[in-house]
Amino acid sequence: MPTIIKLKKGLDIRLKGKPQEIILTTEPYKQVGICPDNLPGFIPKPLIKEGEEVLVGSSLFYHKDIPEMVVASPVSGTLKQIKRGEKRKILSFIIEPDGKQTPTNSNMDISKLSDDDLRKAMLSTGLWSFIIQRPYNIIAIPTLQPKAIFISGFDTAPLAPNLEFILHDEKETLQAGINVLKRLVDVPIYVGLKSNTTSVFEQINGIHITYFDGPHPAGNVGIHIHHVSPINKGEIVWTIRPEDLVIIGRYELTGMYDVRRTIAVVGSQVKQPAYVKTIQGADIATIVKNNIYGENNRYISGNVLTGKNATIEGFLGFYDRMISVIPEGDRYEFLGWAMPGFNKFSLSRTFFSWLFPKKEYVIDTNYHGGERAYVMTGQYEKVLPMDILPQHLIKAALSKDIELLEKLGIYEVVEEDLALCEFVCTSKIEVQHILREALDFVRKEMS
Amino acid sequence: MNWLRKKIDAIKPHFEKGGKFYFLHSTFDAFETFLFVPNKVTKQGSHIRDAIDLKRTMSVVIIALIPALLFGMYNVGYQYYKAIGQEASFFDMFWFGFLKVLPIIIVSYVSGLTVEFIFAQIRHHEVNEGFLVSGMLIPLIMPVNIPLWMVSVATIFAVIFGKEVFGGTGMNIFNPALLARAFVFFAYPKQISGDLPWTYGLTQGIQTVDGFSGATPLANAAAHAIERIPDNWTLFVGLIPGSIGETSKMAILIGAAILLFTGIANWKVMISTVLGGLFMGFVLNVFAVNPFMEISPITHLLMGGFLFGAVFMATDPVTASQTETGKYIYGFLIGVIAILIRVLNPAYPEGMMLAILFMNAFAPLIDHYVVEANIKRRMKRWNQTTVKS
Repeated sequence: MPTIIKLKKGLDIRLKGKPQEIILTTEPYKQVGICPDNLPGFIPKPLIKEGEEVLVGSSLFYHKDIPEMVVASPVSGTLKQIKRGEKRKILSFIIEPDGKQTPTNSNMDISKLSDDDLRKAMLSTGLWSFIIQRPYNIIAIPTLQPKAIFISGFDTAPLAPNLEFILHDEKETLQAGINVLKRLVDVPIYVGLKSNTTSVFEQINGIHITYFDGPHPAGNVGIHIHHVSPINKGEIVWTIRPEDLVIIGRYELTGMYDVRRTIAVVGSQVKQPAYVKTIQGADIATIVKNNIYGENNRYISGNVLTGKNATIEGFLGFYDRMISVIPEGDRYEFLGWAMPGFNKFSLSRTFFSWLFPKKEYVIDTNYHGGERAYVMTGQYEKVLPMDILPQHLIKAALSKDIELLEKLGIYEVVEEDLALCEFVCTSKIEVQHILREALDFVRKEMS
Repeated sequence: MNWLRKKIDAIKPHFEKGGKFYFLHSTFDAFETFLFVPNKVTKQGSHIRDAIDLKRTMSVVIIALIPALLFGMYNVGYQYYKAIGQEASFFDMFWFGFLKVLPIIIVSYVSGLTVEFIFAQIRHHEVNEGFLVSGMLIPLIMPVNIPLWMVSVATIFAVIFGKEVFGGTGMNIFNPALLARAFVFFAYPKQISGDLPWTYGLTQGIQTVDGFSGATPLANAAAHAIERIPDNWTLFVGLIPGSIGETSKMAILIGAAILLFTGIANWKVMISTVLGGLFMGFVLNVFAVNPFMEISPITHLLMGGFLFGAVFMATDPVTASQTETGKYIYGFLIGVIAILIRVLNPAYPEGMMLAILFMNAFAPLIDHYVVEANIKRRMKRWNQTTVKS
C-alpha cells in the first residue's frame, strides 16, 4: 500500500501560458553561459582564460573553498568572455560553441567506482554540482554525510513542465543515476510523486516512493522532506532534480558529460508555450526566437515564484527546467486598489475575480502596492503545508536571532518553500530575500 | 487619466530629496499612491505578487462597515422622532441621523489623519492605511450625543498613545479605535454612560413624550428591569438605543459576511468569540442568582456591542493573537470575559470593550505559548534522533 500524504494548504496560481505537450524545433543555441550565481554558495575561481578552447565536460572554474569541486562546460568551443560585475564579481562564463560537441579526454569510467573514489570522480567531472544539500540550499559539502537523499518527481510551481513528459524515455538513465547515488552513500533515497498519476520512477529500483496530493508547493522537495524525514539540527539531506539525475546516469552509462535538457517555455507572453530540446546554459534569445508577444517582457529562468530575472540576453539557469516570460508591470494604474478587479488574481476574494474560479490570468511584475509593516496574520500559514510558523520565522530572521531561528525550524526551509508566502503577502515583504540572508547568516555563524 | 499622471510627474521632483517641498514628501506619496498604484516592479524573489495590498484590505473593511453605518444613521433619526413623539418618514429619519453622524465621522478622520500625516512626515515613512478603518470605527462606537471636541481629543489620544508610540500601524498592542472609546469612558464617563447619551437631544434637554426612556437594553438588564428589554427580534433588527453602529445585529452580520467571504477577517476569532460568549452565558444561567444572570445567552449576543466587537474589533489582525491556534483561545476568552464583566460588574454594563482591550494585552502571551509548543515538538524530534544515533 503506497503512502499518500494529502496536503490542503497551498495555492495554485492560475497563470496563462501553460505548455502544450509537444516539442518545438528551434535554432541551435548561439551562445552558452554558466552563471555562478545559479550555484548556491559557490565562489568561482576561473580555471581557463578568455579565448581558450573548451571541450564538453572540461572544467571551467572551481570552488574557492573546496578546490576539488569544479563546474564543467556544457559544450565545446571557445570561452568568449568572463563577464564581471561590481567588485569584479564573476557574473557569467560565456562560451561560443563550435557545434562539434567534442568531448574532453579526461572523461572517466565511473561505473566501477564507489565511496571516496566515486566522490572524487564526481567532484572532478562537475557531476557533483548537481547535488544540493539542506540545510542552507547549497551544493553539497563533500565531506559531510547525508542522512537521506530526496528527489521530487513532479513540479507544482506555476506553469511548471510535466516532468513525466520530459522523463518518460529516461528509465535507464534514471536507474543508472540512482545506482551511482547508491554507490556514493548508503542512505535511503526517497522519491515524491504526484498521487493518481503514473511516473517513470515507479519502474525504478532502490527507491522509496511517497505520493503527495495537493496544491503548490506539494511538489517542492522541501515539503516532502518535512513530511517524510524532517531535518533535525546537525542533519544533512541531499536533494537532486530528476533531470540532473539523468545527467549523472548518462555519465555512468556512456562516460560522457551530457547536459542536454528538455525544458518548457511558458507564460502569457509566449505565442506557443511548449517544450524545447536544448542544453544547460543555452542563450534565451535563441530559445524564444519568434515565439514572443510584445517588447516589455521579463524573461525568467525558472518559474515565476523562484526563478532568476535572466533578461533576453541571459541564459538558461544551471538547474532550470523552464523559461517563463511575463509582461513587466512598470506602469501606473489609476485607482487600481479601488477597481472591481475582474482580472486580478488574489488568494483573498477581495477582487471580483472570484466569480471565475477556472480563469487563467496574466500577471505582470508589478508589486500591486507599497511595502508596509506586517498587518495581516495567518496568510502565510494558508500556503505553507509544514508544521512551521512562517511569520514568526521571518520575524526572527529580520532580528537575526540565531537561537530562535534554529528553534523555529530554519534548517527545514529554503527560499522556494516560502515563495508563496511572499506572493500572497499583503504587506509586500521580501520573504525569500530575508530568508536567504538568514540562511547565509546562520551558516556563517555555525561554521 | 494620462493628463493627471502627467501633472503628478511634473510636480513630483519638488517633493523628492533636494526639492523645495521635500518636507511634505510623505503627504505627496500618500496622495500619489492613493490615485495611482505605483509602477514599482519586483526585483528579487517572487516575480509576481498577489493583487491585494493594504489599501484594498482596508477598503474592504470599510465596505463591510457601511451597512452598520447606514443603519446607525437611520436609527439616530428613528430614536429621536420616537423620543419627541413625532411621526416622520423613513427619509426624514435617515436624513436627520445623517446630519448628526457625519460631523462625528469628519472630526474623527481629520483628527486622526492629521496625526498620522505628521508622524509619517517626521519618521520619513509612508502614510499607513490603518487609520482609514480606525477613523470609521471610532464614530460607530460613540454615542450620538458625544461632543465633537471629545471625539477629536479621544482620537488624537488613541492614535498617538495607542499606535504611534509603538511605531505605527502593525506595531500597536491595543486596538486604537477601542482605545479612543476607553479614553472617553474613563475621562468623561457622564457622556458615554447612563440613559441620556444614546438618543439625540436628551443631553440637551429636549422635550420627550411620556414614558420614553433612552435606556439601552444593557442598562435595563443591569438594573434588573428585564421586562423592559425588547425581544430578540427587535434586538436583532436594531431599532434600539445604543452606540451609533452597534445596534443592528443584522447590519453587523452583513458586514461579517463580507469580511469572511473576502477572507479579510479571521473566522477563527469571530466564531470563538461568539462561542465564548454563549458558553459564559450558559454558565451564568446555571448559577443564576439574579435576573441578569438568567438572561439567555442568545440575548446576550444581541445586546450591546458584543457582536460589533466580535466582528470588527476582536478580528483586528495586529492586536489579535497572531498564531492560528492562539486565535481560538484569544477569541474564546474575549467572549467569556465580555459576558463576565457585563453581568457581574455593575459599574461596566458593556464588558466587550474592556474584554477586547484586556485580551489585546494578553495576545502576545497566548502567542508565546503557541510558539513554544511548536518549538517543543521540534525539540522532541531532535532529541529522539540524537538518542538513536
